[in-house]
Amino acid sequence: MVDDVTGAARAKRDPTSLLPPAEPVHLLDPDGTLHEDPDHPVELDDDALVAMHRTMIITRRVDREAINLQRQGQLGVYASCLGQEAAQVASAWALGEGDWIFPSYRELGAAIVRDVDPADLLHLFRGTWLSDHDPYEHRFALLSIPIGTQVLHATGFAMGARFDRNPLVTMVYFGDGGTSEGDPHEAMTFAGVMRAPVIFFVQNNQYAISVPLSKQTAAPTLAHKAVGYGLPGYRCDGNDPLATYAVTRRAVERARDGQGPAMIEAVTYRMEAHTTSDDPSRYRSDEELATAALTDPIARLRNHLRRRDLLDDATEQRFEQEAAERARAVRDAVYEAPHGDPLELFDHVTTVPRADLAAQREELRAELQRRADEGVDEGAGEGSESGGGA
Amino acid sequence: MSVTLAQAINRALADEMAEDERVLVLGEDVGRLGGVFRVTDGLQARFGDERCIDTPLAESGIIGTAIGLAIYGYRPVAELQFDGFSYPAFEQLVSHLAKLRNRSRGTLRLPVTVRIPYGGGIGAVEHHSESPESYWVHTAGLTVVTPGTPEDGYAMTREAIASDDPVIVLEPKRRYWMKADIDLPVAGPPAREAAVRREGHDVTIVCYGPMVRTALEAAEAAEEQGWSLEVLDLRSLSPLDTDAITASVRRTGRAVVVHEAARTLGMGAEVAARIQEVAFYHLEAPVLRATGFDTPYPPAKLEGYWLPDVDRILDLVERSLAY
Repeated sequence: MVDDVTGAARAKRDPTSLLPPAEPVHLLDPDGTLHEDPDHPVELDDDALVAMHRTMIITRRVDREAINLQRQGQLGVYASCLGQEAAQVASAWALGEGDWIFPSYRELGAAIVRDVDPADLLHLFRGTWLSDHDPYEHRFALLSIPIGTQVLHATGFAMGARFDRNPLVTMVYFGDGGTSEGDPHEAMTFAGVMRAPVIFFVQNNQYAISVPLSKQTAAPTLAHKAVGYGLPGYRCDGNDPLATYAVTRRAVERARDGQGPAMIEAVTYRMEAHTTSDDPSRYRSDEELATAALTDPIARLRNHLRRRDLLDDATEQRFEQEAAERARAVRDAVYEAPHGDPLELFDHVTTVPRADLAAQREELRAELQRRADEGVDEGAGEGSESGGGA
Repeated sequence: MSVTLAQAINRALADEMAEDERVLVLGEDVGRLGGVFRVTDGLQARFGDERCIDTPLAESGIIGTAIGLAIYGYRPVAELQFDGFSYPAFEQLVSHLAKLRNRSRGTLRLPVTVRIPYGGGIGAVEHHSESPESYWVHTAGLTVVTPGTPEDGYAMTREAIASDDPVIVLEPKRRYWMKADIDLPVAGPPAREAAVRREGHDVTIVCYGPMVRTALEAAEAAEEQGWSLEVLDLRSLSPLDTDAITASVRRTGRAVVVHEAARTLGMGAEVAARIQEVAFYHLEAPVLRATGFDTPYPPAKLEGYWLPDVDRILDLVERSLAY
């Protein structure tokens, strides 16, 4: 197939080289103490560290705003990334400008790194449209709800880059539950054989809705699964932004270098419910949550920056203010976004207009006209009686 | 010169690949072997193994990676080796390939062609003789076409690959060896237009894919009974050429729809519905359906009892004429 098979040949000679480390790579303690590791250098200057911290703060604030918007009836449902800010922001940070991200539906942090307007993504949860950002402008694919399916898209895209001799890398996010699905399995099989430059980034947030990891898999760790596909399995403390960055960076550069795909398991914790429709009190305790809160990723980087005098009160205050402004902008945009134009339903089904759809569009247009003539509020739609969701 | 359906499709693939380097062929055994029906024969030798790609054995993987390749900018032609093995790819086809353009509000284009050999009549083992067209036709966003002649095999394959939308090409595998005396390349009418394969004035036989030849044989046999059958080849199942169907029924007043797929919610149901919606007053008889039965596809030794054939078509023609 493709020229460089040296990585695969090496792995076949010594499959243990693919195995994940016994413990996830961890560089930063909760109190901010840094343990440097020559195998995982953090090649980030001070400004970048502070900027990453700022992005995590914005992510958390906008995430909170989205939950509020759901409570206010503006969103039907929302899947929070609370507690996973480092796993997302630090991993996306490790990518190059031209690299592509294929998200699931919980990747607000990665989206913010890519400058995607959260309000555009929230269309999906508000039910006004299904997405509204340009994937090519942001190199950020559409949010994907069916579990694990996007993993194949990232793999195909990376195969294309490889065939095209384009040194870009794709990164696909999925979860611990997603590793049980068939598509990620097929994707890692394809990527291994094709040497596709794709990073399989698993955020192990411990739960697939209510099902804990112990009932999801009997594998020693999720990263062990990589070995079966001929991929190296890496593990990092996903609440440690520096470890997440260093591990991801290494995998990305390796893939860009033609050495093939890799899987990363970022061990983290989903602090919020699965979505706003979920009730986690039925399956986990307050004690468990309190313990998990001790490993908070944002507090950890903050402690580190404060220790090193890279963050003062004024800067912190400025970040909080900025985050509040971003949240307000998102809230305003969501409130102000018009409900979809019903006739637009027919506009994007195919690139070439179809006569049958044109006729159905005309049926709906006539219905709308009749409603308008009869003075019925056309926005009142009889469709959804409650904003529900998974 | 004499060309089989399989050769015509092979030539269409080669011509598209030669014209546009973004066209890729991928699937199980499509490369070195040239496909189990030899439809992709010689493509890997000519275009290399990065343009005619032997994939791992995973149908969802084939369609899912084709989607990624298309987003990157390629024009993938994915082969699903048999009808019965299209089901593992169902989610990628229905939830992603069909919907991505709409979900992206028109930003993404998905120029993906999915070739599926389909239908029975070759004595194959279980899962190798199915007619899954209703699943794809029922899915908004997919164009579904099926050639019934070698000329169409060539022209419709090229049209599918040139389309910026996902197209499912259902290839009637029992007709792969059917020959026509043609010189390739040939141009055909757009796939969305149905074609009258034989003119007649008593009953319209609406058919497609593998049943086009069967319907023509039935029309031939009907002549001996003094019945004049018009044979309409739908060519495209989605969109459906309602105008051509109803124009024919206006002439004949009668219609029998023929397909291998099971009857319930098969294409016959949709064709009958459209005829009565549009041409009710022209009907002299109810629209009848000569189809497979609503049972799982039978074992090979019994498929002759299950598949519609000339006799079943003529029985229904007689019933139609009795009204």
